[in-house]
Amino acid sequence: MAEEPSYDAIVVGAGPAGLSAAVVMARAGLKVVVLERGEYPGAKNVQGAVLYSKMLHEIVPEFWKAPDAPVERPIVEQKTCVTTEDSYVTVGYKSLKFLEGVPNCYTIIRVHFDQWYAKKAEEAGAEVFCGVMVRDVVKDASGKITGIRTAEGDELTASVVIACDGVNSIVAQKAGFIDELKPTEVALGAKEVIALAPGVIEDRFQLNAGEGATMEMFGSTSLGMLGYCFLYTNKESLALGVGCKLSDYQKKGLRPSDHLEYVKQHPLIKKLISGGKTLEYSSHLIPEGGYKSMPPLAADGFLVAGDAAQMTNPAYREGSNLAMTAGKLAGETVIEAKKKGDFSKATLSAYVGKLKKSYVLSDMEDIQDLEEHVEGSPGFLEFYPKLACELAQLRFSADGVPKREHLKKALGMVRERGFLRVARDLFPLRKVAI
Amino acid sequence: MDIKIETTVESKLGTLDWKKSPDTHINLKNSGADSPCATSCKDKPCTTVCPAKVYEWEASHRKVIVNYENCIECGACRMLCPWDNITCDWPGGGMGVKYKYG
Repeated sequence: MAEEPSYDAIVVGAGPAGLSAAVVMARAGLKVVVLERGEYPGAKNVQGAVLYSKMLHEIVPEFWKAPDAPVERPIVEQKTCVTTEDSYVTVGYKSLKFLEGVPNCYTIIRVHFDQWYAKKAEEAGAEVFCGVMVRDVVKDASGKITGIRTAEGDELTASVVIACDGVNSIVAQKAGFIDELKPTEVALGAKEVIALAPGVIEDRFQLNAGEGATMEMFGSTSLGMLGYCFLYTNKESLALGVGCKLSDYQKKGLRPSDHLEYVKQHPLIKKLISGGKTLEYSSHLIPEGGYKSMPPLAADGFLVAGDAAQMTNPAYREGSNLAMTAGKLAGETVIEAKKKGDFSKATLSAYVGKLKKSYVLSDMEDIQDLEEHVEGSPGFLEFYPKLACELAQLRFSADGVPKREHLKKALGMVRERGFLRVARDLFPLRKVAI
Repeated sequence: MDIKIETTVESKLGTLDWKKSPDTHINLKNSGADSPCATSCKDKPCTTVCPAKVYEWEASHRKVIVNYENCIECGACRMLCPWDNITCDWPGGGMGVKYKYG
């Protein structure tokens, strides 16, 4: 008879996935420990950051109402901008509906958020240990994962280990689940948090006191690389970020810190950040290999969630919400396994079924070919931003030329690329239109 | 392409705190005169892309210098190296970069 494990579950990583799993399991009375390599939760974590409320609300109901709620501004306006070097077309949507019921999303400061969420896990009864580096998983003779080994050589045992240790998941690698990621499977993001007075932010973004806005920029600001830039409003700061495929930075030999400098000079951005003082620079990888490069999600005594499992939806700037839902579903799966007293792959694979039924895997499945589609269509990233701006220039100019000539010119621009080709380019984008 | 650099990567890194580890967590598998850095690697993407400028090519000694103390632990270097010559582990528990905002 094997010794009883010390814990029902060891969660590696105190981020949105791991803490969601920990909260859910600890509340059900399971013995849970969260191991975090940072000195405190969030110390190693970087996000834009937009937090979608519904997924956290399902775990911590009405979290935004608490006096210590870790949120910055509820977002009432979201804009997408398509840029050329001296122009941009903006599509935006502003609505007070975003504030009704469960507000759609908030900006957050990740380090504050992770610390708050770790406290929630502790309040639920989980132990959270920081400054602990997990170096390896421990397996029994049959290959079942039975625990972890720390960098100091200590071993901890559990019925199940949940790898939530982010994009460079050592745990998933040691468990033999993933290989080293390739530069084509990740984006490299860099960001600055830029201090500005709340009143200045509200004036510049035309917001009521306390409300927030988000902007994403596509086109020239990405310098021909696959990716986008963003500008989000926090309470007393803006978050300006860039994120493009690592292989594209590699090809260009461009440092993302310098990419940020380029974006800061764009006429769309320059005025909005003017006079702001940079409080912090950060950089992080974003797993963007998508559905096709996801590792197996369950094994004997083992589950993977969040960035460690490549769970992001870059087309919709989603990631932490997928991580929270996945963490919650992983936690629920472990609770059921504990009831059955069976932590085999067969039982734990219920997690995969739950993810498939949820938006997490459905959405990832739907966008899986998008990147390849854009990259497989030469000139895509240059042609469409330029076309959008040139069409807008025509539409909004009175230059003494009959409008029918404008229309001819516009059709000529599309003809240059070919009507059929444009149709082929744009049709797959329907999947990210709604 | 010319980008007007108003704030260098060095001064951006000046906004950050680290709990400095006395030991490096980054190593070049081969850093000698016969290393791929010295013999084969033309572009040296580690020196041009690393967001913390950990890697610098020292032409006079024909070697890549590793400023591991600057590392902000993104992990990109391992994937960037065309010669698989970089091992970049995490710093020990509690060590390394300490983001305040993240």
